[in-house]
Amino acid sequence: MLIIGCGNRQRSDDGAGIVVVEKLRELGVKADTCAGQAADLIEAWTGADDVIVVDVVVTGAAVGTVQTWDARQVLISRKAPASTHGLGVAEAIELARVLGRLPARLQVYVIEGQRFEHGAKISPELHSGIEEVVHRIARAHPACSNEYRLPAQGV
Amino acid sequence: MTGRATKTIRVNTLARVEGEGSLYIKLVGERVADVKLKIYEPPRFFEAFLRGRHFSEAPDITARICGICPIAYQMSAVHAIERALGIQIPPAVRLLRRLFYCGEWIESHTLHVYMLHAPDFLGYADAIAMAKDHRAVVEKALRLKKIGNRVVQLLGGREIHPISAAVGGFYKVPTEQQLRDLVGDLEWALEASLETVRWTASLEFPNFEQDYEFVALRHEGEYPFNEGRLVSNRGLDIDTAEYEDHFLELHVKHSNALHSVVRGRGSYLVGPLARFNLNFDKLPETVQRVAIDVGLRPPVKNIFRSIVVRAVELVFACAEALRAIREYEPPASPRVEVHNRIGVGQAITEAPRGILYHRYALDENGKILAAKIVPPTSQNQKRIEDDLREYAPRLVAAPIEEATWKCEQAIRSYDPCISCATHFLKLSVDREENTD
Repeated sequence: MLIIGCGNRQRSDDGAGIVVVEKLRELGVKADTCAGQAADLIEAWTGADDVIVVDVVVTGAAVGTVQTWDARQVLISRKAPASTHGLGVAEAIELARVLGRLPARLQVYVIEGQRFEHGAKISPELHSGIEEVVHRIARAHPACSNEYRLPAQGV
Repeated sequence: MTGRATKTIRVNTLARVEGEGSLYIKLVGERVADVKLKIYEPPRFFEAFLRGRHFSEAPDITARICGICPIAYQMSAVHAIERALGIQIPPAVRLLRRLFYCGEWIESHTLHVYMLHAPDFLGYADAIAMAKDHRAVVEKALRLKKIGNRVVQLLGGREIHPISAAVGGFYKVPTEQQLRDLVGDLEWALEASLETVRWTASLEFPNFEQDYEFVALRHEGEYPFNEGRLVSNRGLDIDTAEYEDHFLELHVKHSNALHSVVRGRGSYLVGPLARFNLNFDKLPETVQRVAIDVGLRPPVKNIFRSIVVRAVELVFACAEALRAIREYEPPASPRVEVHNRIGVGQAITEAPRGILYHRYALDENGKILAAKIVPPTSQNQKRIEDDLREYAPRLVAAPIEEATWKCEQAIRSYDPCISCATHFLKLSVDREENTD
C-alpha cells in the first residue's frame, strides 16, 4: 500500500495531509509526502496498485469533516477543492483517468479546510479530522501497532 | 441610453495561473475604460520574517515562497549573500548551479508549455480535456517534467523545496557517476524539446506585437542564469547592485502585489521573450538554428509567441545540462568557508518567468537586518495590464466568453506566478457580461 499525503506545511490548513503522514510514520507506517503537483503525483503512484492520497479541500462541508472517495468510481470535481497547486490533486486524478494511469485501487481521504494563508498553524477544527484519517488508515495497515490493527471498516 | 455600449469582462478567478488573481476590464464602445489585474491575497511576509535570521537560513526560507521556482529563490539568495560576504565560489560549484537551474527550467517550462498554455491554443478548457485527444503529447510532457525533477532532486536533495543549496556552494554535491546516470534521460529530453519547438511553432498566434522594453541579465560568455549585467533594449546596462536606482515598486490600490516600473519610463517585460531577444547571440549555434528554422528571430514582440520561445529555452536547458555534466569535475570541497561580516549584497538571477531580485543587509553576527525580494511576476504585472489595454479593444465584437478566454490566454503568456507575487489559487472561472 502506497500512502501519499499532499499539501504544504507552511500554508496553514493545507498542511493537514502532511501532518497525517508524520503521525502515520510515528506509528511505523511508511508514507510519502507530495506537494500535490499533478505531474508529480501521477509519477509518485506509477507502478503502485493500492494507493491512498490524503489532501485538504474546500467543499462547503463543516471544517474538519473527513470525506473518502474511491477515485476509480467517483469523478472528482475540480471546482470545489481549493489547492495551493496550479494543477493539483483533483487534476492529477482526472488526468490519470484519461491517460489510463490510475492505480487499480485509489482511495482519497480529504479533510475540509478553511484557512490557507502563510503559517504552520492548522485550524483547531481540523485536528479531530487528522486523527480520524490517521486512525482509519492505520487500522487497515499491517505495519502499525496492535492498537490500530483492527478490522478495517470500509472507507 | 447614450448609444454607447458598455461591456465588462470580469474573470473572478484566473485558472491555470499559479496563484490567485482576477481580471477586470471595462470597455466603453471600443475604448478601454479600465483594466485591473487584481491580486487579493495578503501580501508576502517573507521579507519581514527573514529579519533576525542568520543568512545561512535564507536559501531554505526563500525556497518556500514558490513550489514552482524554489531554485530561483535559492540562487538569488545565495548569490546576494555571497556578494555581501565577498565570497567567490569555485568553477565546479558554478557549473553545478547552472545545472540546478536547468532542472528548474525544464520542470517549469514543460509544465507551462504543455499543461497550462497549450490548451489555450488548441481550444481545450484544460490539459485534461486536451489529453483525451492528444494523449502522446501529455505523456511526453509528464516524462519531460519527471526528468527536470530528477535533476532538481539530485542537486537539491529533494524535488520540492530543495535543501542542498548553501551560501558558498552546496551542502552535498553529486558524484560524477550520479550525473552520468542522468545523461540518457537528458538526451531523450533534448530530442523531445526539439519536437516541442516544432509543435509549438505550428500553433496559431494572434497578431499582437507591442513595443516592449525587454529587461534581462546579459553575461559576456553565456545565456544567463545566475550572473550578468542587467540590460534592456532601451539602453539600460547596469550592475545588479544598481537595480533599485533604476526600478521602482509602486503600490496600487487594486492589488496586493507591488507594480514595478523603470524609473521615468514605465512598464517593462521580463522572462523568456526578454532573455531571448537580448541574448540570442549567447545561445549555442545549434539552438539558434532550431529557433531560426521555425521562423523565430529576435526581436520577438508578440507575447503569444512566448510559448515557442519557452520551447527553445527548453532545448537550451537540456543541451546546457548535458554540457555541464560532460565538463563536471567534483570540487575539492562542496562549499567554500563563510564567515560573518557586515555587508549588503544584491543579486539577480533568471527564474523561468524572468529576473528575480534579492537584497540582504547583514550584521557582524551574520543576522539579516533587511531583506528585499522582487519576483518576476510583480515586475510583469503592469506590463500585463498595458497589454490588455491594447488587446481588449480588438475583442469588442467577440462574444463575451471568447473575449474572456482570449484575455486569459494573453495573461497566461506571461506564465504569471501569482504565488510568488502574492499567493494562492482557486480552481474556478466565472464569467459575467453587463451590457447597457
